[in-house]
Amino acid sequence: MDKNGVIIRLANISYGYPGRSPVLDGLDLSFRRGDHLGLIGSNGSGKTTLFHVIMGLLKPSSGSIEILGKVVSEEKDFRQVRTKVGLLFQDADDQLFSPTVLEDVAFGPLNQGKSRQEAKQIAEETLRSLGLAGFESRITHKLSGGEKRLVSLAAVLAMKPEVLLLDEPTTGLDDATERRLVDVLRNLDVSYLLVSHDIDFLMETTDRISCMVGGKISLDDESIPHTHIHLHKHGKHAHKHGLE
Amino acid sequence: MISEGFVNTDSFVHRLDPRVKIVVAFLFSVVVAVCKDIMVLTWAIGLGLAITIVSRVPARELVRRLAPVNMFVVFLWLFLPFTVPGAPMFSLGGLVGTREGVSYAIQITMKSNAIVAVLIALVASTSILTFGHALHELKIPQKMVHLFFFTYRYIFVIHREYLRLVGALKIRGFSPGTNFHTYRTIAYLVGMLLVRSSDRADRVHNAMLCRGFSGRLYSLSEFSLRRIDVISLILMTALILALGVLEWTRMA
Repeated sequence: MDKNGVIIRLANISYGYPGRSPVLDGLDLSFRRGDHLGLIGSNGSGKTTLFHVIMGLLKPSSGSIEILGKVVSEEKDFRQVRTKVGLLFQDADDQLFSPTVLEDVAFGPLNQGKSRQEAKQIAEETLRSLGLAGFESRITHKLSGGEKRLVSLAAVLAMKPEVLLLDEPTTGLDDATERRLVDVLRNLDVSYLLVSHDIDFLMETTDRISCMVGGKISLDDESIPHTHIHLHKHGKHAHKHGLE
Repeated sequence: MISEGFVNTDSFVHRLDPRVKIVVAFLFSVVVAVCKDIMVLTWAIGLGLAITIVSRVPARELVRRLAPVNMFVVFLWLFLPFTVPGAPMFSLGGLVGTREGVSYAIQITMKSNAIVAVLIALVASTSILTFGHALHELKIPQKMVHLFFFTYRYIFVIHREYLRLVGALKIRGFSPGTNFHTYRTIAYLVGMLLVRSSDRADRVHNAMLCRGFSGRLYSLSEFSLRRIDVISLILMTALILALGVLEWTRMA
């Protein structure tokens, strides 16, 4: 199906918003099955744009996209892609549009053609696997920020994606919820591409970190997370690696 | 923003199938709205009160919810007796009130209170979610139902955005007055809310596309009519029809 296990291959992708210099400028990316890749970059470096190009929400001005061994360019092709690749949006309020948690998590499976009963079952299982059992009939807009994030992750995972794209998943999360997210990601049997500017979080959840600069993914800066022994400065805001 | 204060009470009416409640409230409103006879309207108010009592709406809550309706009614009483032509009944200063005007005002007062009382009892005893699903089950066009759900879901988000913008104005010392600066600022505020809501709509749509949305929303809820629902529906429909027949015979 795919050569050398490459499931997402982007070649020479460019994208620009009118009146500004291009956000993506000849970007190349090879993403393999089993990869846990982190992308880091400053504000406006095109991380979100990249994800939207992969999902077919934005059409690049040049370049080619190959996902799971197939070249995709039309809306029709991307419909297929979206059942295999899940995107977690930056703002959970964008993602959770259904009134109740269960309905939102079941939305994807229902679109995949599952029956009501199956969809309900998948949704309940997914919620349980993320430690969210008992949330089924909660009203989405009344959830806390952390709960919203985990529920939207459940909503994406319920579609059983082969690849997960996560866009700044730690934004607005407290330490405890961030820990929970780290645990969830580490135990997940899915390849994922994670965008963040939180280097500590990337170190804990990814095997490889690349940098987005000048509209490209810079391979020169690629780093493998590893540990150093360093001195801890004690003070009001001691550096605790997120451990309590 | 939206308080569903009355939803958590438990009563016979709360447990009724929401579809039955919607149909009954609709039939009642239509029939009562066209009735003119005072006796029929008295029966209608009696029926309305009976329903509110069965559904255990607290008296204070009923008065609180009827208050806005009667604000309008007060205005009708100020104008209708003097503007509807007919036989003179009384005079206030130079203004002459007519018999027809007064009876018209009485009719509207009775109608509106009867209808709103029934709506409070039947519709307010249903949560907004259940209400939406019931509309869907009653084959109300999909688009209307979606509009209903999305409004419910995002009104809170938009309200929060509004509060954020108002906060941003306040911390920079904005205090509204009767001047051009205030009007322009409020216009910016409204404009900004529109732009943000439209951006939000785009993002929500994108998120839906990413999860395979193709124009159809599926509902997970299922309703089932129990015997008690069917009996209530038949009984209420019969009572409402009786009101209609009474009106018709008395007018003929």
